[in-house]
Amino acid sequence: MSPAILFLLALGLGLAGWLAARARAYSLRAASDTGRLAALPQYHGWYVALWVVVPVVIFAAIWSFAAPQIVVNSVLAHPAADALPEFGFKRAQILSEARAVAVGAAQGVFDPLARPLVEPFREAIGRTNIIGLVVALLVGFAGGAFAFLRVKPDFRARTKVERALLGLLLLASLVAILTTLGILGSLIFETVRFFGMVDPISFLFGTHWSPDPMANAANPDPTRYGAIPLFWGTIFIGAIIAMVVAIPLGLMSAIYLTQYAPSKLRAWIKPALEILAGVPTVVYGYFAALTIAPAIRDMAMTLGVTNASSESALAAGLVMGVMIIPFVSSMADDSIAAVPAAMRDGSLAMGATESETIKRVLIPAALPGIVAGVMLAISRAIGETMIVVMAASTAANLTANPLEAMTTVTVQIVALLTGEGSFDHPATLAAFALGFVLFLVTLALNFIALRVVKKYREAYE
Amino acid sequence: MSDAAMPPIAPTRTPEFEARLKKRYAKEKRFKQAGLGAILFSVVVLLFLLATMTLNGLGGFQRAELEVPIDFTQAGLVADPAQLDDGHAQQALEQQGLNDVVAYFAQESLGEEGANQLGAQAWREVANAIADDPDILSRSETFWLPSSDDLARGLDGNGPQDMQVLATQLADAGKLEKKFDGGFLTRSDASDPQEVGIWGALKGSILTMIITLALAFPIGVLAALYLEEFAPKNRWTDVIEVSINNLAAVPSIIFGLLGLAVFLAIFPNYRSAPLIGGMTLALMTMPVIVIAGRNAIKAVPPSIRDGALAIGASPMQVVFHHVLPLALPGILTGTIIGMARALGETAPLLLIGMRAFVATPPDGFTSPATVLPVQIFLWSDEIDRGFVERTSAAIIVLLLFLLVMNALAIYLRNRFEKKW
Repeated sequence: MSPAILFLLALGLGLAGWLAARARAYSLRAASDTGRLAALPQYHGWYVALWVVVPVVIFAAIWSFAAPQIVVNSVLAHPAADALPEFGFKRAQILSEARAVAVGAAQGVFDPLARPLVEPFREAIGRTNIIGLVVALLVGFAGGAFAFLRVKPDFRARTKVERALLGLLLLASLVAILTTLGILGSLIFETVRFFGMVDPISFLFGTHWSPDPMANAANPDPTRYGAIPLFWGTIFIGAIIAMVVAIPLGLMSAIYLTQYAPSKLRAWIKPALEILAGVPTVVYGYFAALTIAPAIRDMAMTLGVTNASSESALAAGLVMGVMIIPFVSSMADDSIAAVPAAMRDGSLAMGATESETIKRVLIPAALPGIVAGVMLAISRAIGETMIVVMAASTAANLTANPLEAMTTVTVQIVALLTGEGSFDHPATLAAFALGFVLFLVTLALNFIALRVVKKYREAYE
Repeated sequence: MSDAAMPPIAPTRTPEFEARLKKRYAKEKRFKQAGLGAILFSVVVLLFLLATMTLNGLGGFQRAELEVPIDFTQAGLVADPAQLDDGHAQQALEQQGLNDVVAYFAQESLGEEGANQLGAQAWREVANAIADDPDILSRSETFWLPSSDDLARGLDGNGPQDMQVLATQLADAGKLEKKFDGGFLTRSDASDPQEVGIWGALKGSILTMIITLALAFPIGVLAALYLEEFAPKNRWTDVIEVSINNLAAVPSIIFGLLGLAVFLAIFPNYRSAPLIGGMTLALMTMPVIVIAGRNAIKAVPPSIRDGALAIGASPMQVVFHHVLPLALPGILTGTIIGMARALGETAPLLLIGMRAFVATPPDGFTSPATVLPVQIFLWSDEIDRGFVERTSAAIIVLLLFLLVMNALAIYLRNRFEKKW
């Protein structure tokens, strides 16, 4: 029986409890002298429903983990299981084959040893299902009965229900912490395993990157795991080429929009920039690979560069820069708008032209916000995946020539994890180590950006 | 005090000054033009991108089709309603030799060369037509069936020389045409660009989005309510706040690593299922909803809370009866924007295995599926020229969805935005 059925059962029982308790509360109210209860009837209903649903759901969660184990144990106790091989992969495979047939997911078995186990499996699963159902019903009824007996005219159901609701709110906000811990936990765990096979020094400072997923996993060659070319490719594409495009264009757009543009033009341009920001990155990646990269190669060819590659760092970086423009421009927009108008007016009154005011007064005053925006933009660019997966290459290359193929951290994560490698192989685990580095760097950039804003923002307020 | 005591005032508008002023104004003009240029550049790139996709993609909604009249009265096919009804129509008709029938009539109409250029799966479309309307079997009917990919390229003037010649011949005879391919929206992935469709990926996207919304929206709204209305100011709530803000800035591929290491370890059987994809995207979307939700809740004026409290509502009643309904439009706007981002997301889904070749639409939350952006990525890797147009057509569909979502968000914002 799937946990889904247990959850549906919980909801059904809960609804029954809600109706019963509410009806009882109404009759109590009709019978009471004052015509008032300590809580509205619906709160009595919710109180009972909670006492039914929560225990059953907790039981269902536990049961969905415990039930398969109980089934396997009871099958192993069956005489037909004596012929099974010792613990190990083979045994698990036979068991899962027999189970698949028993639940109707497969037509027949391959292994003759699995055939006699099908019937015991079917019996055990049926038995466990009935036990689960009975226990769930018992738990639900017990909780419901306990709560139902407390429905009295002076019972303050509302405070109890509200306390439970507050617990639910707290639980929801804890999901963020759990996610953060989950990210940290999984990244650190796999990274430590990776560093058990390849030492951190040769990973962080090696200059040769060519992991071989087919090589012997027990004895990896640490010289193949030097990540410097990846870090360089990431910085070159995301933090240099993309920013050369995005910072001037984004900043000038923001200046024009806030200082010069008539409001009618602004009303059209702003949504257009928002569309530019909302285009999925896979579309940018396709655009870069299909249109921009060949154009750049042809242009390089006509300029006499003979070895221009069709997968160049320049194509990926340029398109990524375009993608970041709206991001930089909206951050700059905000921080320029936050500069007090008196400063601008003062400068203009002194006879400075508008551009002089912008360059000498507004930009310096807005600089912390702009710097923070640029840092967030860099953090976004180096974490960007699809554009570089589609337009950059997988060949690690330590060079400063933007026309050559280059690879980035995110490209390698995708390449390593979409291959056929097993989870114990250093080539697969290396992806997690790369992810960990990426996580730390983007976190640091975001953190610095927030600190810069916090520290300098209030100077004019 | 006499005028003679005053030193003579130097004229301000000297020629040097005039020259300098002119220079400054020229500079001012250049600066302004640079700003306009920056904006125009962005807009031009956007238009260029959209134009490239549209021009390529319009071809993707078409395909080359061959005219095949089939006289079913001669074919000797039997329409057994029982067999045709239960979804096995293709199998039943294949056993009766429908492929041979189609091949025979194709040869009659197109000649031997042309008949060989009929798409390998073309007979399935005839089978579907029969299943829809068994009466066809008692008359003769003209079908437009997909040609082979080679012939389609020949029609466009690409590919091998002999195909181009054949395509010109057939086109001149009116038996080969580019036709609007409505099936592009209803078929699934295939290995031949003439026979692919996006319905499988679209359905996968829809199922994934349902899971994402079902998880991220309630959790996000409840967390926003807690943090804004009930949380005490202490170190714990600071930790919650910092982690939500950080999660909003974590690269999406990291969420893919999380899904791979945690979700797939817990549910190893659901690799590439919308369930896992939706859970992964939900973690990514949740912080966006929390941040938007907090802003919307903050915008509800305190007088509303005070008023409700004053007539005896409990804090919980104040929040759920008054604050939440008033903040809901703002929360919905943030949710739609977050969902639009999740809909376009590719990288995390690649990592958790939603890049499989899925030829049948997923029939549930736990069956293998792919999503629209991943389908675009997979097709973009195909060398075949025909896939370029199909990819652009799929991109048009994706962009239309995103446009509709964003328009909805803007509409909601304008319709319900209140100045208190």
